[in-house]
Amino acid sequence: MAAVFFMVTMALYFAATVSFLALLVRRADALSTFALTITAVGFATHTIALVTRMLTVSGASSPSFHEALSFFSWMLIFVFLAVEYRHRLHVLGSFIVPLALVSLVSAAALPDTVPTLQPVFRTLWVHVTLSMLGTVGFAVAFVAGVMYLIQDGLLKSKRFNVLYSKLPALDFLDDLNQQSIVLGFPLLTLGIITGAISAEFARGTYVNWNPEQTWALVTWLFYFVVLVGRLTVGWRAKRAAYLTIIGFAGVVLTLVGVALKSFGSVS
Amino acid sequence: MHIVVVGLSHKTAPVEIRERLAVPESRLGEALTRLCGYSGIKEGMLLSTCNRVEVYAVVEELEVGYTRIQEFLADAHLSVSSEQLTPHLYWQTGDRAITHLFRVACSLDSMVVGESQILGQVKDAFEVALTHKTTGLILNKVVKKAISVAKRVRTDTRIAEAAVSVSYAAVELAKKIFSDLRDKTVLLVGAGEMAKLAARHFIASGVRHVRVTTRTPQHAVALADRFNGTAVPFEQFREEMATADIVLVSTGAAHYLVGSDDVHRAVKQRMNRPIFLIDISVPRNIDPAVRHVDNAFLFDIDDLESRVVQNRGERLQEAERAEHLVLEEVGMVRQWLKSLEVTPTIVALKTRVEDIKRGEVEKALARLAHLPADERAMVEAMASSIVNKLIHNTMVTLKSEVATADGAAFVEAARRFFRLGEVGATSEDLDVEAPTTRTSANKPG
Repeated sequence: MAAVFFMVTMALYFAATVSFLALLVRRADALSTFALTITAVGFATHTIALVTRMLTVSGASSPSFHEALSFFSWMLIFVFLAVEYRHRLHVLGSFIVPLALVSLVSAAALPDTVPTLQPVFRTLWVHVTLSMLGTVGFAVAFVAGVMYLIQDGLLKSKRFNVLYSKLPALDFLDDLNQQSIVLGFPLLTLGIITGAISAEFARGTYVNWNPEQTWALVTWLFYFVVLVGRLTVGWRAKRAAYLTIIGFAGVVLTLVGVALKSFGSVS
Repeated sequence: MHIVVVGLSHKTAPVEIRERLAVPESRLGEALTRLCGYSGIKEGMLLSTCNRVEVYAVVEELEVGYTRIQEFLADAHLSVSSEQLTPHLYWQTGDRAITHLFRVACSLDSMVVGESQILGQVKDAFEVALTHKTTGLILNKVVKKAISVAKRVRTDTRIAEAAVSVSYAAVELAKKIFSDLRDKTVLLVGAGEMAKLAARHFIASGVRHVRVTTRTPQHAVALADRFNGTAVPFEQFREEMATADIVLVSTGAAHYLVGSDDVHRAVKQRMNRPIFLIDISVPRNIDPAVRHVDNAFLFDIDDLESRVVQNRGERLQEAERAEHLVLEEVGMVRQWLKSLEVTPTIVALKTRVEDIKRGEVEKALARLAHLPADERAMVEAMASSIVNKLIHNTMVTLKSEVATADGAAFVEAARRFFRLGEVGATSEDLDVEAPTTRTSANKPG
């Protein structure tokens, strides 16, 4: 049941991605309505897929990386639809929906076997959820950063094309970037803390400095510096855009590390 | 006699060339006097805006006139040679020259079709020419007509309503940098017309904080009052840039007022918040190198142009109607010009017969010295009556035939029959309208 909805969602997100990418270079109201509609429908089927999946694995002590990525993808679409609803910012879909599709496809590629651990690892649910919410924040910041750099480049080079007319004002993107990090950072912090607590339960040590934990901490530290830099010495605008793009690359590397481990833990 | 236009505009020359040829308002009179000092140039008017430098003139001989005007333009700047100029220039005469002027005044030749500044600029150029008495019968009539056509176009078509001006383009660009203009500050440097207009557009779009600086402090205060803003001492405006989100520069300075370092410092003080710089001055007042400063967005007049060029399509329909109006009016001016060719002929004819009559009457009366005064008057009246009757039909025919294709032939014939010689300076005598009254009538406002 969940698997069917999952596949349907993937197909819808794929169609939405193609439409949204076409909208980057074309002005077509009908197409943008279509793209938005199928994204919304995809979000609905995705929700059903997630809920039914949760019901089947509710007894599990920890979600698999498959759930985590699917949840991440769902949250991205949720954030997009929320921003779209408030600001009528179709173009955001051209950047977020492809990202959501990629994470959903990655989720599909990963084994969906739920690890069977002792009940004491229940806290891992909290850890994964919080970490993923934090990651969503950073992903949106990343998307805002990319959009910022594109709009900055178009303005600087005076290329007033379709994309220029669709992208929002620079300060809007900079604000979106800031808000995403301000929201994402505490969530990731909590995610890391709960992760450490879980580790302490499991292995009796908070941190064992394995590569992905180290990366996660480096990434966390990086965002900390970015956030402090923004609020104190004005690391905003173009610099913030670059930094959040670099930061997100760190996040992706951490996730890839976790994903590889999840492969390893199964096979 | 030929009416000609020689010039260059944003369509034929880049800003680098235009800014070198542009004649500052203060030196316009001097330039006009120089222009009319060339032999063969009877009348002249100089239209110098950020987008065009054009000479309208009445010349005796076409080729010579073109050459003289081109020399005049090349003389405007030491670093410009006549050869360098040639590829950017256009030359028109007759109907085409008149059409060009009408289209310019109607803003049909502007960067932004339908923009309103150009009409005021044409009026100003005309006023300066009137003040320096460099225009005569022909240009006075044609330019006045151009102004009235432009007014008609503005009322009869929606070209002005639909117009996106350069200043509006600036607001449009600002909205791609700042999502909300209400809490933004505009710093207006200089009191150029375009910049003032842009400032007004920004206020209409929600900007509440306006700072003004000009070289003359009183001027800045007056302007600040008008915009409900504050005046800033000119010496300090570079420091003030840090508090401004939008900097509008339009001064008459011939050099860069704002350099990369100034903007760099401002951006730094702004903690990297973007700053939007608009340079509407020609010559430019902001160093183009500012483009390379991060988080600073500089747009000059040409950039704004390319922005609005895209919006032009929507206005083409209204422009089409305006073009028809222009053609109509050019036809009317053409008629007038043709009648003008006959006017000096008629004047010369009248003078000639008057001379003959006077000579003969004096000869006769000298021999009839015994006649009482009333009889002498009768002799004089009879002579007048004879010559007037003799030339009456000739004059009527000339006036009626002049509009036809053979008009020129009739004029020629009359000249030969009465041995009237060349068309001379008589045309000036016909300019009965006093320039002073016209000056006040055409004050823009």
